[in-house]
Amino acid sequence: MYGQDTARDIYRQALPVILVSLVAGLFAGTILGTETMRRGIGQVPGLLLLLPAFLATRGGVYGSLGARISTGLHQGLIEPDFALDRPLRNAVVASFVNGMTVSVFIAVVAFAVLRVLGREGNVLELVGIMVVAGFLSAVLMLSVLLTVILLGYRRGLDPDNVIGPIVTTLGDVFGVAFLMVGIRVMEVVL
Amino acid sequence: MSDAGDGKRTTDASRDEVTPDEAPIDAERGTGRGIPPDWTIRRIVRTMVPLLAALSVLQMVSGTVLETYEEALLENPALLILVPVQIGTAGNLASIMCSRLSTGIHLGTFELSPSNPAVRANVGAVFALAATVFSAVGVAAWGLGRLLGGSLGLADVLTVSLLSGMALAVLVVVMSLLAVQASYRIGLNPDDTTIPIVTNLCDVGGVLILFAVVAVVL
Repeated sequence: MYGQDTARDIYRQALPVILVSLVAGLFAGTILGTETMRRGIGQVPGLLLLLPAFLATRGGVYGSLGARISTGLHQGLIEPDFALDRPLRNAVVASFVNGMTVSVFIAVVAFAVLRVLGREGNVLELVGIMVVAGFLSAVLMLSVLLTVILLGYRRGLDPDNVIGPIVTTLGDVFGVAFLMVGIRVMEVVL
Repeated sequence: MSDAGDGKRTTDASRDEVTPDEAPIDAERGTGRGIPPDWTIRRIVRTMVPLLAALSVLQMVSGTVLETYEEALLENPALLILVPVQIGTAGNLASIMCSRLSTGIHLGTFELSPSNPAVRANVGAVFALAATVFSAVGVAAWGLGRLLGGSLGLADVLTVSLLSGMALAVLVVVMSLLAVQASYRIGLNPDDTTIPIVTNLCDVGGVLILFAVVAVVL
């Protein structure tokens, strides 16, 4: 019965979910704490500045894509057959555009904040890192989300219940990892 | 976040935002129906980009804090590990509490009062969860930090994670209670409004509290 839940009931129901996302957070943190990543952070001014915005954007872009696809499936607007018909394709393309646009925007804002703080920074380097990290995140998140949602839906799993944890877990872990790849790529390019 | 819930379907005459090459595809699939206006690429991008951009500007506040503490973070990997964990856990606790209180307010079981059973249960649960999770986080961040070559002691890391974690729980509780109540009073459905607002503010609050505690303890 709703409303009769005691603190103990809520605790028992919420703890597993929180612990799963905790493990993901620790994983992301560990990647962040590696020698390579710390060297990268030291070398690229502005990287820590854009980190929270970058991680939050993953949730915003792909969480809302997931919610949209679930709604579409429930409404019969999207068929769970991977046919990439028009509404599904639109939603996927739009979330890719959103992800890339906001990634570039974050790099530019981070550069502006660096300047306001009176620090040196390289706008090209920041934009490059965000483009690489944003692109790799998009490829990974889109493929995993589509697979899980469409396969799960056919097996009777309500996508609304699984998207949140998937987006948080993958977004944090791979977001940080792809940031590291971006730093490496820009080291080579510049 | 999704605004796709109304399920409106357009007639061909109103498909002004759809490019011409879409018509044959629909015909080919034989579905005979148009794309709802809120499923066009332009519409999705135009709704989402300003929102996401505004949220990223808000996140720059925590970014600025991180950038300010860059030296301490690079020296102590245990602190760097705490960053995504604090951000994530604060958001999770906040979204559970907001979601529960929103349901409670719709069912009439929630009332902003210290003696309300729903308030007591939720507040109790958030504090119990925070105590459990942030103890575990302290030990884990200390161990992982050691593996990564850090030198902070267990007592220091545990103090930072528990103190900032419990302060964060207070923030989550206060913001969720106020947001749900305010949203309902204004006439906005708290299911739609409170989670994005409270989780983003708690993300930022998580980092601010973490470094306030770091500044005091270390």
